[in-house]
Amino acid sequence: MSASAISLRGIWKFFGEYPAVRDASLDIPAGGIVALLGRNGAGKTTILRMIAGLLRPSRGEVLIDGSPAGQQRHAASIGMVGHGQWLYDDLTARENLHFFARLYDLSSSSEKIDQWLEEVGLWTFRDARVHQFSRGMRQRLTIARALLHAPPILLLDEPWTSLDDRAMDLLSVLLLRARSENRTVVVSSHQLRETLQIAGHLAVIDRGRLIFDGPNRDEFREAPHNFYQRIT
Amino acid sequence: MTRFLRQTWTIAAKDLRTELRNKEALSAALSFTLVVILLFSFAFDPVSNVEVRELSGGLLWIAYIFAGILLLNRSFARESANDCLDALVASPLSGGALFLGKAVSSCLLLLVLEMASLPLFGVFYSVNWTQNFGTLLLVLVLGSWGFTVIGTLFSAVTANNRLRELMLPLLVFPMTLPALIACVQLTTVILTGDPLGDSVAWLKLLFGFDVIFTLLGAVLLESVLLA
Repeated sequence: MSASAISLRGIWKFFGEYPAVRDASLDIPAGGIVALLGRNGAGKTTILRMIAGLLRPSRGEVLIDGSPAGQQRHAASIGMVGHGQWLYDDLTARENLHFFARLYDLSSSSEKIDQWLEEVGLWTFRDARVHQFSRGMRQRLTIARALLHAPPILLLDEPWTSLDDRAMDLLSVLLLRARSENRTVVVSSHQLRETLQIAGHLAVIDRGRLIFDGPNRDEFREAPHNFYQRIT
Repeated sequence: MTRFLRQTWTIAAKDLRTELRNKEALSAALSFTLVVILLFSFAFDPVSNVEVRELSGGLLWIAYIFAGILLLNRSFARESANDCLDALVASPLSGGALFLGKAVSSCLLLLVLEMASLPLFGVFYSVNWTQNFGTLLLVLVLGSWGFTVIGTLFSAVTANNRLRELMLPLLVFPMTLPALIACVQLTTVILTGDPLGDSVAWLKLLFGFDVIFTLLGAVLLESVLLA
């Protein structure tokens, strides 16, 4: 039995001939915030998708609580904010959350849904269809959708995209709360300043290879603009 | 089992709700069916030529399967906006429940379309479609279900394909051929007012086809989506 919440064991992922992830090994302990950093096309999203069970590694294995990822029993323990927002444009904000609450078998879902709509500032728009929402409002609803079933593992791919200052603060508060509730958070982002402020552990990917794996340091937080020069 | 059925209905209800709101596929499919029925009635003039009425079962199913393809094209394509298919794959939803939910919603929409077009068909082809309505309804339900289970599976296969509108009929029509032949034979017998007699064998074939491909689709869908 592994002590890590998530373990990557020598994983490779090929898209055709192209290796998007090359021999990556990483142990993510339970109850911390891990930042997955790297330039565009480094392989961050591919790794998150393999952890979520949306892609199978070409080689190696991804373990969740010691057993291979992608099993149905892991699905309820993972919440994900992906590039696509996983929302239905023709349903209202509330209907979207109801739909996902039913998929995750949530009891007393109406109360939870109302709480989350309030929390992400969409209560006034609860009965508006999602196609009327701005990008930022969609992203807030996406965050509510990912957290609705209180998953022990949160996978966030560029979660700050399109959020205004207030919503960015809200997300940081939610992530710090998740950490205090002992949830495991893996966040991939280009937004170094925000990510370095909250992450306890860093993993840096460069062209599919893991080039840095270690704890976050104050020097990184203080000078995020120099981050990539310091670690390479 | 209760959880499985609840998940199935959750998917079907979501699909029906979104379709009834935007009517993207239903309005196109219904218009197509009505135009085909109308055009064939002018081409063959079934009122003055009684033998043409024996073709009516085939004409009816030609209209239904092409209209059905329009509905099925949207089945999984509906999930491609905002990457919603990823949300379903990443959730605790079983592949079987997703498959059945999609098939139920498509089949119900196809049946609505069939019920809406039958009165017009009766008028233009001088056919008394109400005389054996119970048997006709049974054939429509079994035929539509067989067609939609195959179509739902291939809709998942072609969901991320740029040529899905072209690919889907090419994959679905050959696979559904045994069921379609059974449907045409049975519908013609029912509409001409003849007793079912030996045609009961077609009914059995249709039932067997539905059972086999429903089970196959429910088992295969998860592998198809993760392939």
